[in-house]
Amino acid sequence: MMAALQMPLTAQADPVDDALVIDDLEMVTRTKAPEGHPFDEVRSGWLYREAETRELEADSFQNPGMLYVEQGADIWNRIEGPEGKSCASCHNDAAVTMKGVGANYPKWDADAKRPINVELQIDKCRVENMGLEAYKFDHAEQKALTTYIKNQALGEPVKLDLSQGELQSWWDRGKELYYTRTGQLNFACASCHEANSGQYIRADHLSQGQANGFPTYRLKQADMVSLHNRFRGCIRDTRAEFPKAFSDELMALEVYVTWRGTGLSVETPSVRQ
Amino acid sequence: MIKVTRFLCAAFVMHAGAAFADDTAPDKVMYEDFSVQASLTGKAGDPVEGAKVFKDRGLGNCLACHQNADMSGDLFHGTVGPAVDGVADRWEPAQLRAIVSDAKQVFGEETVMPGFYSLKVGKDVAKDKAGKTILSAQQVEDVVAYLATLKE
Ligand code: HEC
Ligand code: HEC
Ligand code: HEC
Repeated sequence: MMAALQMPLTAQADPVDDALVIDDLEMVTRTKAPEGHPFDEVRSGWLYREAETRELEADSFQNPGMLYVEQGADIWNRIEGPEGKSCASCHNDAAVTMKGVGANYPKWDADAKRPINVELQIDKCRVENMGLEAYKFDHAEQKALTTYIKNQALGEPVKLDLSQGELQSWWDRGKELYYTRTGQLNFACASCHEANSGQYIRADHLSQGQANGFPTYRLKQADMVSLHNRFRGCIRDTRAEFPKAFSDELMALEVYVTWRGTGLSVETPSVRQ
Repeated sequence: MIKVTRFLCAAFVMHAGAAFADDTAPDKVMYEDFSVQASLTGKAGDPVEGAKVFKDRGLGNCLACHQNADMSGDLFHGTVGPAVDGVADRWEPAQLRAIVSDAKQVFGEETVMPGFYSLKVGKDVAKDKAGKTILSAQQVEDVVAYLATLKE
């Protein structure tokens, strides 16, 4: 009854049905959801953006995020620290050694006994293999290197191996958090990205809140935005205190939210408004 | 000087959600048959003020979720909730007061509409919002008075 009232103006609220082709590679932007998923179809956030934003992502020469990929390549090859090593000293050509890697994170870290994302793996190598310090959260180099590594997996379908270590129990925890309402406004992630995906909240066309394009270039900020930064922004918008980056809460959410995008192509660096 | 005044204004606005002595406290609001009969302030609402509360992103931000033909001059009406056009033909003022104060009392726990005069909120509320309602009692009365003008 109420839904009928909003029909006329919501006709354009459906995601577009375009194909996303980047560097001649067709991205999977819609795919059948894995078993146990609340949706039938998993969809990339790209489908929900305005035409100009979609075009920017589709064209690697225009995509401002590609500057960060280049910056990441420089850092990859830069010798730094007491061991006199670069990332390339051990991993050689990232196009070969890092191909696909970004599609399988978070992974289980047996040493830390917790999940690890690309940012934390970079820190691990800096600390353990290069004698350097971990990056501060959202350090420009952390974002550039993460963007570079994820970009090597462009087009690869997101797939987590939840049988690693205790990853499954972190998935469970992430799921619980996804449905927990926070803040004065009393919203859960699911309030916006599940119950209302496809609707407009003010000017924003609500997507499924997928992680496959991160780090993402945000036009509004004219900068790369990391996944944990986005999580914190969404939680803050419920008028809640938000957890620290890489905290147990946000790592659990990353495991669960990434799984919700199973089968979507890695689109890093995606472009969002 | 100007800066100081602005700061004071901002501080005042931030206390908009604080209760005044004659207001019914959020946990004392009587919900009966999906209605709240008594004005939360004992005073009538002002529909002109209510329209401002409806639009203002820092107050009701109702436009974020509701289309409203009466505000067609404003951009970006959300579609999360139903359009409020003709809402006064569908609901009595006492029902509108219940919906705005705590939508969960009317639509059930699952609704995504926030409770604008309720302290039953989510976890980890931002420190500067703790113990405060989104709108003051008078702002709720103003919005209700505004909604009561929306007839088709
Ligand atoms: C001295 C050698 C060495 C250096 C230098 C080094 N790494 Fe590593 N890296 C390793 C080893 C060994 C592994 C696999 C074992 C592990 O996870 O620690 C690894 C694993 C990785 C992985 C995970 C690959 C996968 O399949 O999951 C990534 C990503 C990575 N490194 C990135 C980097 C980056 C970025 C740098 C530079 C900042 C770097 N590494 C520097 C030795 C190194
Ligand atoms: C009040 C509404 C709201 C809530 C609650 C919310 N989000 Fe969002 N989120 C948005 C909006 C608006 C955007 C930007 C438009 C879009 O992509 O949906 C967004 C974007 C995102 C994106 C980026 C999607 C992309 O393709 O770039 C992710 C990931 C995300 N949200 C995750 C979450 C998680 C996890 C939670 C809960 C911790 C959450 N959101 C809670 C409104 C919300
Ligand atoms: C985050 C979304 C959201 C916000 C913000 C919001 N609402 Fe709602 N509202 C809803 C939804 C959704 C419904 C429908 C009830 C349901 O299905 O849960 C609703 C229903 C209503 C109704 C009943 C409409 C009808 O035709 O039956 C009224 C009146 C209303 N809201 C007024 C307001 C006012 C006034 C504000 C701001 C002070 C507001 N809403 C803010 C989501 C919202």
